[in-house]
Amino acid sequence: MSTTNTVITEDIRAKAKELLSSGEVKAFLGFTDGTLPMTTRPFVARRPEDAERLVWNSFCVMNLANYLPELLKGVEPPRGPKDPPPEGPLPKVGVLATGCWSRNIVVQIQENQVQRDRLVILGIGSRGMVDRKKVMAQVGGKEILAVEEGEDSLVVEGRGFKKEIVRGDVLRDNCQVCVHPNPVIYDYQIGQPVPAREIEGRFRQVDEIEAMSSEERWSWFQNEISSCIRCYACRNACPLCYCPTCFVDDSRPQWVGKSVDPVDTSIFHILRAYHCAGRCTDCGSCESACPMGIHMRLFTKKLEKDVLELYGTEAGMDPDVPLPLTTYKSDDPQDFLVTEAGGQASEQGRK
Amino acid sequence: MDKTSVHNKEWEPKIIAFLCNWCSYAGADLAGVSRFQYPPNIRIIRVPCSGRVSPNILLDALKSGADGVLVSGCHPGDCHYISGNLFARRRFALFKRFIEFLGIEPGRLNFSWISAAEGEQFAKVVTEVTERVRALGPARRLVKEI
Repeated sequence: MSTTNTVITEDIRAKAKELLSSGEVKAFLGFTDGTLPMTTRPFVARRPEDAERLVWNSFCVMNLANYLPELLKGVEPPRGPKDPPPEGPLPKVGVLATGCWSRNIVVQIQENQVQRDRLVILGIGSRGMVDRKKVMAQVGGKEILAVEEGEDSLVVEGRGFKKEIVRGDVLRDNCQVCVHPNPVIYDYQIGQPVPAREIEGRFRQVDEIEAMSSEERWSWFQNEISSCIRCYACRNACPLCYCPTCFVDDSRPQWVGKSVDPVDTSIFHILRAYHCAGRCTDCGSCESACPMGIHMRLFTKKLEKDVLELYGTEAGMDPDVPLPLTTYKSDDPQDFLVTEAGGQASEQGRK
Repeated sequence: MDKTSVHNKEWEPKIIAFLCNWCSYAGADLAGVSRFQYPPNIRIIRVPCSGRVSPNILLDALKSGADGVLVSGCHPGDCHYISGNLFARRRFALFKRFIEFLGIEPGRLNFSWISAAEGEQFAKVVTEVTERVRALGPARRLVKEI
């Protein structure tokens, strides 16, 4: 086991135990081992002895912010719909947060989904998480039975093979271009902060697609989503998706057909990604959750790039900076308007 | 069904225009009252404000067989609801870029600001948009073949 991760795991357990025994938090949200090698699952520790089950490794790919709104509701004392809210402060919840997850928590605070004073955030500088699918591809899709994680390598073992893999080669795509590995808000720091990164070509995947012609982009898009089975795992894994009724479940009007027809799938992916505009922190849990290996992260990455280009903001970096689509400036760029017809309308509009 | 030869007639673009009640709809009215000629290819849907128009609605129009969409509202600063069109501007700027990134032809989605006094402007914009969409041909990419 990698020493960094061992130290972090020990720190998390100790801190979670302390918080739970002192009664400061009613529940602690972290990860525990999954049932297969290279998997972890989100885990809520509710008793001090549960804290021993918490783990930290390179396979913590799900975004914990996703579970916060419901968990916060879950720890409140039960009451009827018409009962007044209980007096005194509501119980708190502890949670782990890396750079992207903490930014998602900031977005949720801005959108009134969680309350900062009900959270105890344990910040972790993220070294990037490993993509299971990439590891499997490295061993030719053979079944992996055990993985030993070193500091900068992974030793994977299966029936009749053992292979050492460089950790950097199998990092998730979003972690490779991550520029904010350290949490933006936290109460306690676990482990050491990761040195700030300057990434050359942070949007290179998007740039490559932008360089194509319209027809090529359309066939890229269709090809990318052709395997989609519409399980909505990407939506369910996303900390931004908390609407009580999702647009895909609406039937009056029915925005998206229920079939797996390419048109319905296209509209689903367009709208799902667009709903994340200016809010997505590129945490990559949609891609990690996808059973079909669709790179839907590229769609939200394009929006992230445009938001940065047009409005100069990044989601969740600062609780005091409003989300880009909830605000405006009088001189926002509007070069997308119909212009050829008559200069006057657009000239006036551009003032 | 081949859209180019519906009833053996030459194909004409079908454009859905979402016009805000306070400026662009009145601009369309003025264009009519002033007898400015513009192509009969638009179907106008009156909306309270350009800020009412969400991407869901735009995609729904394309999905339902529209060849193009035009959204028009008040000029920035003139919104009846103070800031509806300013929120809409950000929303549309991102959405247009995004949908074109995914391969929808530029020109299917059109946006403009037209005031209640710009009847002639309205006729010009509609002419321009119709020509753009005509040049692109029938929209097929988001139309479900059943």
